[in-house]
Amino acid sequence: MIHRWIGPFAATIVALALWQCIVWFAQTPAFILPGPMRVAEALFRDYEIIIENTAITFIEILLGLVIGAALGVTTAIHLSLSPTARTFILPVLVFSQAIPVFALAPVLTLWFGYGLLPKVIMAVLIVYFPVASAFYDGLAGTPRGLVDLARVMGASRTRIMARVQIPAALPSLATGLRLAAVYAPIGAVIGEWVGASRGLGYLMLYANGRSKIDLMFAALFVLAIMTVLLRALIDLICTRFLSRWTGETAKPTEL
Amino acid sequence: MREVAPAITLAGSCEMGGKPLFGPLTLTIPARGWTCLLGPSGVGKSTILRLIAGLEIGGIFDGTVTASDGTDLTDRIAYMAQNDLLFPWLDITGNATLGARMRGEQADYDRAAHLIEQVGLTPYAAQKPATLSGGQRQRAALVRTMMENRPIILLDEPFSALDARTRAEMQELAADLLTGRTVLLVTHDPAEAARLGTTLHLLDESGLATLPTPQTPTIREIDAPETLACQARLFRALRTSPEAA
Repeated sequence: MIHRWIGPFAATIVALALWQCIVWFAQTPAFILPGPMRVAEALFRDYEIIIENTAITFIEILLGLVIGAALGVTTAIHLSLSPTARTFILPVLVFSQAIPVFALAPVLTLWFGYGLLPKVIMAVLIVYFPVASAFYDGLAGTPRGLVDLARVMGASRTRIMARVQIPAALPSLATGLRLAAVYAPIGAVIGEWVGASRGLGYLMLYANGRSKIDLMFAALFVLAIMTVLLRALIDLICTRFLSRWTGETAKPTEL
Repeated sequence: MREVAPAITLAGSCEMGGKPLFGPLTLTIPARGWTCLLGPSGVGKSTILRLIAGLEIGGIFDGTVTASDGTDLTDRIAYMAQNDLLFPWLDITGNATLGARMRGEQADYDRAAHLIEQVGLTPYAAQKPATLSGGQRQRAALVRTMMENRPIILLDEPFSALDARTRAEMQELAADLLTGRTVLLVTHDPAEAARLGTTLHLLDESGLATLPTPQTPTIREIDAPETLACQARLFRALRTSPEAA
């Protein structure tokens, strides 16, 4: 268990040392690139502001993740059950992915204001597709033999979905959720950049505008940590659940 | 089994991707016996089995599948394939009682435990299929098939992936457990057909032919002279089918 952490830990130490060396040798002014020590100082000095804004961003991410994943799962099941849905919704879904979510951020702010809602919508939009697409692939890829067997046994269409396809597609859903955990913060922060008065994205813009680059880096650091922890949490839940499901020990994926 | 197993007749022709696959032909599967359908790959043996099972075939079938008692075939069939088709997330008992779960019925766990014991899997009843050997998995699949308690059993090469010893054991176990039912066994293996068959059909590009069956009762000994003679006849018939020419 411990040796799993040695690698990431060593890499972090090396990265921090490199960062400090660059600051020392290039003599970058603190308003361009502050050293890790200064960022740490800012982290402790302004921890109240940081925690307050982190809470906001965390709520946006969590809401986005839950709603986006729920919508994605529903869409995937619907697509899998209905050929009509496949004919009409699938092309729209694929085409919608050609629109960068970033480009929608100003419109969402225009429509839904500066509060929590447009950020949550951003996170939902960015989470929705990977979950829907991964889960749908999993449902469609259910081994044909299992479905045939269930059919000969006299299972109804919905029971085949509930008892065969959904369980068989759970590993694919886990893949989608792991991606979603990394994407959701992107959506929330972009939403905050476009227009917000709270949140880590807002704090970064605010600090940047006031040349408090150490605070900006501190916010960035917290955001990264939060994303990594969220990813690890989702990974843990998926792995636990899947190992109980299949009786095989599924390996946690690399971060 | 609550009802008497019927005979089945499949008559018609099948087209796959615009090309004729087989027929027109008439295949009769007598009631309460083992009908073996032999033939080279790709002539439509599995398609015939899928048609009787009421499964999609990915082609067009022009014809009929009828039971001798005139009633519908659905819900009277159990199906077993080359792949054991065990659900990886269910343990052996869970797989054995799968049918009831699929129909939303109450599963008969006592009967499952009894059948699991009969095939010698009791120590594995609470284990997931991944921990079992190929032969054990196929025995679990046989239990699942038995649990269905259907008068008609369709077997699509269920023993072909097993090693010789396990295969012989499985054949004996299946012959014992499936007595009195109408069984259709699709197989590549002349030895298997010679051991188990009460009716032997050969399907190849030229159509369907019925081959003579040994007079001795099944299941026949692998090395009995009638079995070996039958096996040789089947082998020769397979070799002289147009594909091999």
